[in-house]
Amino acid sequence: MALQAIAFYLLSAVTVVAGLCVVSARNPVHSVLFLILAFFSAAGLFVLLGAEFLAMLLVVVYVGAVAVLFLFVVMMLDVDFAALRQGFAQYAPLGALIGGFLAFEMILVSTAVSTHGAAAGHDTPQAATQGFSNVESIGRVLYTDYIYFFQAAGLVLLVAMIGAIVLTLRHKPGVRRQVIADQVARGPKTGMRIVQIKPGEGISE
Amino acid sequence: MAPTSFWATPGGWTLITVAQIMAVILPLLVALAFFMLADRKIWAGVQMRKGPNVVGPFGLLQSFADLMKFVLKEIVIPDGADKFVFLLAPVLTFALALVGWAVIPFAPGWVVGNINVGVLYLFAISSLGVYGIIMGGWASNSKYPFLGSLRSAAQMVSYEVSIGFVIITVILLSGSMNLQTIVEKQAGGFWNWNVLGGGLKNIFIAPVMFGMSVVFFISALAETNRPPFDLPEAESELVAGYQVEYSSSPFLLFMIGELVNIVLMCALISLLFFGGWQAPIDFAFVHSWSPTAQSFYGLMWFSAKICFFFFMIAMVKAIVPRYRYDQLMRLGWKVFLPTCGIAVVLVAAWRVFGGAA
Repeated sequence: MALQAIAFYLLSAVTVVAGLCVVSARNPVHSVLFLILAFFSAAGLFVLLGAEFLAMLLVVVYVGAVAVLFLFVVMMLDVDFAALRQGFAQYAPLGALIGGFLAFEMILVSTAVSTHGAAAGHDTPQAATQGFSNVESIGRVLYTDYIYFFQAAGLVLLVAMIGAIVLTLRHKPGVRRQVIADQVARGPKTGMRIVQIKPGEGISE
Repeated sequence: MAPTSFWATPGGWTLITVAQIMAVILPLLVALAFFMLADRKIWAGVQMRKGPNVVGPFGLLQSFADLMKFVLKEIVIPDGADKFVFLLAPVLTFALALVGWAVIPFAPGWVVGNINVGVLYLFAISSLGVYGIIMGGWASNSKYPFLGSLRSAAQMVSYEVSIGFVIITVILLSGSMNLQTIVEKQAGGFWNWNVLGGGLKNIFIAPVMFGMSVVFFISALAETNRPPFDLPEAESELVAGYQVEYSSSPFLLFMIGELVNIVLMCALISLLFFGGWQAPIDFAFVHSWSPTAQSFYGLMWFSAKICFFFFMIAMVKAIVPRYRYDQLMRLGWKVFLPTCGIAVVLVAAWRVFGGAA
């Protein structure tokens, strides 16, 4: 238990500090790197909760794919960050308002949970039983009770994917493209022509 | 674990775990020196050269001589480099490469962390490997390393997708994400290995699974930036890609990290498709041996399989010419991704409607 407590405090401290650094770092690439650290330690917190499947998904999806693209974009951008920071004082009150509202909501939820248990009107979340692994328990719920939500989420993602392709796909005319099938299919018959030339006459096309 | 009370306390548990980690990493790093030599010797053999043959008998100590050379040289940090990230990148690459070995079962019960989502853990760790390269390329503050790291990022993200699909087919067949369980299901002989569908009753799915093992092998090459997909460090275009500005020990860490990743991929393909520590034929006399002897017997088969796949990867490096970048992307997205998607559907359909449930 002591080890788990140490791990919890370490991971949550790293998460909070990394989160602070994301907004306070001067260099945006450092911000993204801190964001990755925050994701990673949040995954560690999931493991401590016994949700190892979610932890791995967090690392694979957010750290392994989403944050790579963030980093990609931030590295390529050539933005004057001094200019970006000029509006800081102007937008600070609005940001503080939203942040304060969020903090208030979270305190409300956590007090409600600590005094009344989990949300009223719903079954309390059941701990993973010995028989099922994490993955199995998620699969049993996801593909039975929540199948329509699951399908709907898939549909939304499909729409997003098609949208991204439609926005970026452009066919430039006059571009020579490689058609590998044509290259592979090219043989002596199609690739060359043997011409018999009489001496001293040459050929004319 | 010993039943004494000390080993149950947090201190004892920490000691045991550290000892287990050391027991994995130290032999691994020593073996790595010889893997590196084998890589160079095989490459030389294909080109009818002798390869390193001066340091020690047959050049066996060449890697150790290289190690001394790397460590004793000066670390040069470029002027405009982001120092912290510059030095963090090779350390990250090296550490992530070693962390993956935590869930590899070497023999029955011989695993540091026997977690339920072992396959997914390895997938997550290998997807993190890209950060060492991106950070190294960006922090160098130089054009060639940056171009190399951008290439690498796109390449690794692309091939991860097909690796993920291949892993799904194996998970569907085995019904588990625990590597130990996956290997145990392949017991009994080579016809039970996942590459042949995992058992004679699944023989109809064997062609699909064999294809998937080939896709996994090729994707592993791309994922570890090995030739023919070593575009991030293509010397004809980018000097040495993200490694240009690195010298001395940081360069060594990059190089070792890459090699550990390659061996990890060899281990993964033998665990997922070729039965891990299971012998190709289940000899009856082995069952009468003591459990320890059986474990060493399994370790022997596992090492032999890793060596075989490492040989294959070294041969690919020697034989196959480098891909062009658009060909690499075409292979990843237009060939492997649809193939793997169809294979997942086929294997899932077989699991549900075939007689094999």
